Amino acid sequence: MAEPLLRVEKLVRRFGGIIATDNVSLDVASGELHAIIGPNGAGKTTLISQLTGHLAPHSGSVLLAGRDITYLPAYRRCALGLARSFQITSLLLDFTAADNVALAAQAHAGTSFRFFANARKERSLRDAAHAALDRVGLGHRADVVVNRLSHGERRELELAVALASKPKLLLLDEPMAGLGVTESQRMVKLLQELRKEVSIVLVEHDMPAVFALADRITVLVYGRVIASGDPAAIRANEDVKRAYLGDQHVVTHHG
Amino acid sequence: MKGLSVSKAVTALMLAGLVLLPLYSQLSGNIFILTLFTRIIILALAAASLNLIMGFGGMMSFGHAAYLGIGGYAVGMLAQEGIGSGFIQFPVALAASAIYALVIGALSLRTRGVYFIMITLAFAQMAYYVASGLARYGGDDGLTIYNRSDFSGLVNLGNRVQFYYLCLACLFGVIFLIWRIVNSRFGLVVQGLRSNEQRMQAIGFPAKRYQLVCFVISGTMCGLAGALLANNTDFVSPAVMYWTRSGDLMVMVILGGMGTLFGPIMGAVVFLLLEEFLSQITEYWALIMGPLLLLIVLFGRGGIMGVLGRAGRG
Repeated sequence: MAEPLLRVEKLVRRFGGIIATDNVSLDVASGELHAIIGPNGAGKTTLISQLTGHLAPHSGSVLLAGRDITYLPAYRRCALGLARSFQITSLLLDFTAADNVALAAQAHAGTSFRFFANARKERSLRDAAHAALDRVGLGHRADVVVNRLSHGERRELELAVALASKPKLLLLDEPMAGLGVTESQRMVKLLQELRKEVSIVLVEHDMPAVFALADRITVLVYGRVIASGDPAAIRANEDVKRAYLGDQHVVTHHG
Repeated sequence: MKGLSVSKAVTALMLAGLVLLPLYSQLSGNIFILTLFTRIIILALAAASLNLIMGFGGMMSFGHAAYLGIGGYAVGMLAQEGIGSGFIQFPVALAASAIYALVIGALSLRTRGVYFIMITLAFAQMAYYVASGLARYGGDDGLTIYNRSDFSGLVNLGNRVQFYYLCLACLFGVIFLIWRIVNSRFGLVVQGLRSNEQRMQAIGFPAKRYQLVCFVISGTMCGLAGALLANNTDFVSPAVMYWTRSGDLMVMVILGGMGTLFGPIMGAVVFLLLEEFLSQITEYWALIMGPLLLLIVLFGRGGIMGVLGRAGRG
């Protein structure tokens, strides 16, 4: 088997007496969209934070394309091709949409210790920004300050920012959070497009979306992986039904 | 757009006034006003440098007056030791400030928020006490500088008008540099870090090294103000580094408008003119100044530049 793009091995993270990540192992193959689901408090965000470098695990390891990144800071991981979106939108609120994306492009295009030339006039950065904004359907809002964007637009901008760094792997932490029905549908459509270009790890509560999108699903309960497999297998899995799916009808009826 | 033009008009008027001031001084025979405004311009330079880290960079340094002292003592101590050339004094003043900023910044930037404010304050107070202990250079009493920096005929700092224009040129030069910096790649990163550090880390920027470089640039600029200030007063003492002076600089920046290019100049002009005139009226001028500043800060969001912008918009 080819080397997985992302390999998580026996990851453990405790908070006091609580084990938030309990011996989690998972592989994400190149080109795959891998969803991580689980009820509230299952430790999804804790897991994601360890993948992005915002939280250090107590033991275990994280490998990106075979390289150990377990203890690398967030900015180094990003340089290696790992980009993320935040569950709670995290953008530069007093910058325009284009500036937000252009900065992400800038981080991956040479040194930023340039003090004199006007960065907003750098063609390559602006072009990259507009390309990423067009990609998520925000091209017409490029010069709007983020403060004035709607919640849905900000979620899309999060994606554009992540895309602008030309990542190998995209970690999306609940991209549908707080979106209305139509906005969610647009986001699903967008992710369906993006998955052709980049491998994605998707943490999401929206079950119909997950089952529509994922190649593989890992189910997390109390910090532990209780099942991992393709959507059909997960849907049929008795453990998953018992432990996780008070809302099992959602799984059986949609997707 | 009209809002922009009001603040632009006022700014242009102010700058024109600064350029033409020596003319007025000469015509009216009012020498005092030239001396006063030389001081204002030097402190405006210091405020502008503080604005780079505070307004654009979001780093609330409460110890910026330390650089005024370091720049000043570099000039004073060299003069005392018989090295009168400005070509040596000024580079030494800038280099000393840069080194101090590098060390202080490397230590302070490990902290955030209130702790950053307190640690920069603590270092500046340390510098203050070190200067007080320099017995050879006047200690508490300060150090008189008998000869202004000598630029071998290029400019004569003893000449009031020439010195005024030197200070003004330095101020404009620094403003120009800051303008270029804040729009550069580096400047956008620093401002991005002010806005959302977590996001900037996530898109691949290591926060600290950009902030540190910005801190050093700002400190170096303020060291220049210190060297000029020592020449202006022919004297340097620990008092220029006292924490109230750092506070004054912060007030100038906030008063004028944080994160605006010309706000610090505006703030310095208004603050120091108020101080000058109120102190002529009454000994207890601080009693009037305090509430006045409070009102401006409470009701004039964005400082004078902010108010001008809104006034224009109606």
